[in-house]
Amino acid sequence: MAKVVFRDQEWEIPGGKTVREIIEELGLNPEAVLAVKGKKLLNEETVVEDEDEIKLIAVISGG
Amino acid sequence: MKKRQTQARVPRCKKCGAPAVIYMRQHRLALCETHFQEWFVNYTQRTIEKYHMFGPEDRVLVAVSGGKDSLALWDVLTQLGYRADGLYIGLGIDEGTQYSQRSLEAVRGFMAERPGLRLYVVDMKEAYGETIPELARRVRRGRGKPCSVCGLSKRHIMNELALREGFDVLVTGHNLDDEAAVLFQNTLRWQTGYLARQSPVLEATHPGLVRKAKPFCRFYEREVAAYAIVRGIEYQYDECPFSVGATTIYYKELLNQLERHSPGSKFQFYTQFLKAKKKGLITFHEPEGEVVLRPCRICGQPTTAGEICAFCRMWVRPDMDLEEAKRSVPSLTFRVETSESEEG
Ligand SMILES: [Zn+2]
Ligand SMILES: [Zn+2]
Repeated sequence: MAKVVFRDQEWEIPGGKTVREIIEELGLNPEAVLAVKGKKLLNEETVVEDEDEIKLIAVISGG
Repeated sequence: MKKRQTQARVPRCKKCGAPAVIYMRQHRLALCETHFQEWFVNYTQRTIEKYHMFGPEDRVLVAVSGGKDSLALWDVLTQLGYRADGLYIGLGIDEGTQYSQRSLEAVRGFMAERPGLRLYVVDMKEAYGETIPELARRVRRGRGKPCSVCGLSKRHIMNELALREGFDVLVTGHNLDDEAAVLFQNTLRWQTGYLARQSPVLEATHPGLVRKAKPFCRFYEREVAAYAIVRGIEYQYDECPFSVGATTIYYKELLNQLERHSPGSKFQFYTQFLKAKKKGLITFHEPEGEVVLRPCRICGQPTTAGEICAFCRMWVRPDMDLEEAKRSVPSLTFRVETSESEEG
């Protein structure tokens, strides 16, 4: 299982999906979210494998 | 084998063929980490030139909040060799959240890795005796939210400091999503006055006004965040606690839904508006007689609000005469912080 972290929530997701698929599955808009693994920015077509831990970052701010 | 699977669908960098970290649909452009940074910096320079924002000799003041946009902007302008100092306004939004405190820490962390930077710090509590939430509570403006007091205070302080310290231009990190959201909101209501004024550059139309520019106005918010991440900028991720439910965020979400189904629509919406306006294909007129700018009798900054500007009015009571009023408005104080220069 891959671990996905967004804000203070965490999900376990089976490996083999792309970043974009994961973002969409969580009901988020890929235009408004980026994914990082460690400090590395991930392309949205990157396949997330079992054991991977990725973090989603909301890019939209108010103001 | 596993590696190939992982990378199979990842687009290749247009410049070097390495796996791309970002694909920008509106430009049909995929770039690797290195070439994305290079493109981002060069594209900022092209925007600065396209709208005649400022030149290499100009002194530039960057409004920094500790968020991704303003820190990325300061980073890029420094890389491009501009004489750019920062201005941080300590709003004192700390009750429960330490939001302002952590924002300043993000700015200081950014500076610590970049020798030779200069930061002007204006602390609301020190300079004016009240934090933004305290000030907002006292003047009872803005229906329980301090956002309107905050906005007008920031505009006033940025303008005053920029003029007093002799800067040629004040720049902010507004990105295309910010601008498109404002455009969308103003178009829905046909706010012709606002539409007339919305521009990547605001000229100093009055001696008491500093010139303003938005060098990131052609970047998607997503690209600015991506740039901050690949540059390793540790920005303040948290939102101002008062921005929850802000209408701008709602409009940004709407535009991103459009963007998701029709890539490039956000970009077209904003840039075609600017283009059509520039060519004179669409014109808006300021409502007649409404915008008479007169200098505030206390601070001298131009105001449409009559004798005394909205900022100064927060300290003035109707029964005061002018001398008393002048004494009541605290004057701007600031300190300057610098990051160690390489030789020192
Ligand atoms: Zn490349
Ligand atoms: Zn005034």
